[in-house]
Amino acid sequence: MFLPSEYRWPHKLVTYLLLLIGIVIVAVPFLLMVSTSLKPQQYTFEYPPRLIPTEVTFSNYTRALAQDMFFRYFLNSLVVALSTTALTVAISASLAYAFARLEFPGKQVLFYILLMGMMIPPVMLIIPQFLVAKSLKLLNTLAGLIVVYIAMNLPMQTFLLRGFFEGIPRDLEDSVRIDGGGRWTIFRHVILPLSRPGLATVAIFTFIYSWEEFPWAHVAIKETTRRTLPIAIALFQNQHLTQWGQVFAASIVALIPIVTVFVALQRYFIRGISRTGLKG
Amino acid sequence: MGNTLQAHRKARNSATGGGLPPRLLQAGAAYLFLLPGFLLLTLFILYPMLYSLRISFFDWNVIKPERSTFVWLRNYREVLSDPIFRRAVLNTLVYTAVTIPTELILALAVALLLDQHIRFKPFFRVVYYLPVITSWVIVTLIFEYLFNSQAGLINYLLRDVLHLTADPIRWLADPILVMVPINLLGIWKGVGWSMIIMLAALQEIPTDLLEVAAVDGANPWQRLWKITLPLMRPTLVFLLVVRVIGGLNVYISVLLMTNGGQPLDLTHSILTLMYKETFDRLNFGKGAAISYLLMLLVFVISVIQIRLLRRRVEM
Repeated sequence: MFLPSEYRWPHKLVTYLLLLIGIVIVAVPFLLMVSTSLKPQQYTFEYPPRLIPTEVTFSNYTRALAQDMFFRYFLNSLVVALSTTALTVAISASLAYAFARLEFPGKQVLFYILLMGMMIPPVMLIIPQFLVAKSLKLLNTLAGLIVVYIAMNLPMQTFLLRGFFEGIPRDLEDSVRIDGGGRWTIFRHVILPLSRPGLATVAIFTFIYSWEEFPWAHVAIKETTRRTLPIAIALFQNQHLTQWGQVFAASIVALIPIVTVFVALQRYFIRGISRTGLKG
Repeated sequence: MGNTLQAHRKARNSATGGGLPPRLLQAGAAYLFLLPGFLLLTLFILYPMLYSLRISFFDWNVIKPERSTFVWLRNYREVLSDPIFRRAVLNTLVYTAVTIPTELILALAVALLLDQHIRFKPFFRVVYYLPVITSWVIVTLIFEYLFNSQAGLINYLLRDVLHLTADPIRWLADPILVMVPINLLGIWKGVGWSMIIMLAALQEIPTDLLEVAAVDGANPWQRLWKITLPLMRPTLVFLLVVRVIGGLNVYISVLLMTNGGQPLDLTHSILTLMYKETFDRLNFGKGAAISYLLMLLVFVISVIQIRLLRRRVEM
């Protein structure tokens, strides 16, 4: 903002003040979750509620982690999220490359079909997906979660990467072609290395989605050992209505991978978004 | 240069393609790139869409689908005349109308504040994005705890700090009051995502344009309305359409906070009602009809928005 210098000081102050108010509103619920997870059970409903626990204990964590095969659920979620992310990045990149760079009959129709996939409310597909998964024997398997998650992510992520690929100058590819490189070489050695921010953005979106997905897992997984974390946490809360400390301890452990991924990749994130087709 | 390129192409075509025209080769390559993706899309999105349309016209037999009876539009008629469905539509529309505009305005405000030379920018970005990367299940549980009637932080603030109420408010037990935490949660969780997209769009706006306007005496307010917002227009339209679709699909927060539409099925969103009809009552035909009605609603609202906003661009 280019204000005359005498206005600058109050202006900066107001900026920071407003941002801080926002931060408080965003952060207080999280702080309350963290502090409740550290309180002994009898303080869960203490009145007045305290943001800083008077007595700190890790018993909620040890009990939650020992409970109900927590590590099994954690591992399930990790397998599902990592497989979905890796495969979605690979498959949406190859789709996006075809749409951004190659000419073929039916291109427009196929692209419209892809766009239509973006418009469909995901939950409305649950009934037929349930029946398809049932006939393919994919119910109650992690593979059943993974294939559906990939399919649900493909339209949006392909659209995003296509925009990104279109921003890459074509002369780079010509030089590879002169050296006798084929489509695959161009895709693998020119397009992909230059698209790291875009690929990171796709990876973040997909990982978040598959780590937190609830509706499909809720329907597709009934077998206890195959549950993912969101399902396990929701059911746990339902069974132990007042054990907030343990519920939140489990939730915080569930948050660790997602925060790690986000913080690790966030420097690519804004750059990635601003160069993709996402912003309209 | 051009000659060598052609020579290379010729050499390569005769070596690999056995004299096939390059056009065909390119199409072949394209289909190979498309194959894995479209296989999955067909199996898990396109076919399910058509399948679900079919189910919605049947009194669907879950155990023996071949015994299902064709009932034409009966499922749709039943759903549309059901007061519980109408209530669910109302709840969903109110949720969308309250949360999405609020969310977008707040997101714009935060994005404009962050798009300056300020310290700790990455820190602010990460914290504002935290609700987005936290799962709906977890944030819903946090809000249930915040709005707990006995010892929740919100009741404490309203009663003992601000003295607005003498008795604790039973947020989660009342069909109207429960909309307050559900809507606030929607706003609280949604701001970060729209903010990041707007921030990306703001960085594309050339600074010299704003500088020139400032030199010419335009105040910040004028610069916002005459330069920044018009240049962000495609992004804002995109966000509005996408977020409204998201709002109409509200599901997990309602499912968990109302325990699946309690009390008396008054608190459903369209999707929680679809879930209950399908997987609790095993009425797949009616469930499929509800999901098609939702898709129709999404489609109509999206088209109206795009039409209205586009017309204004042309003027």
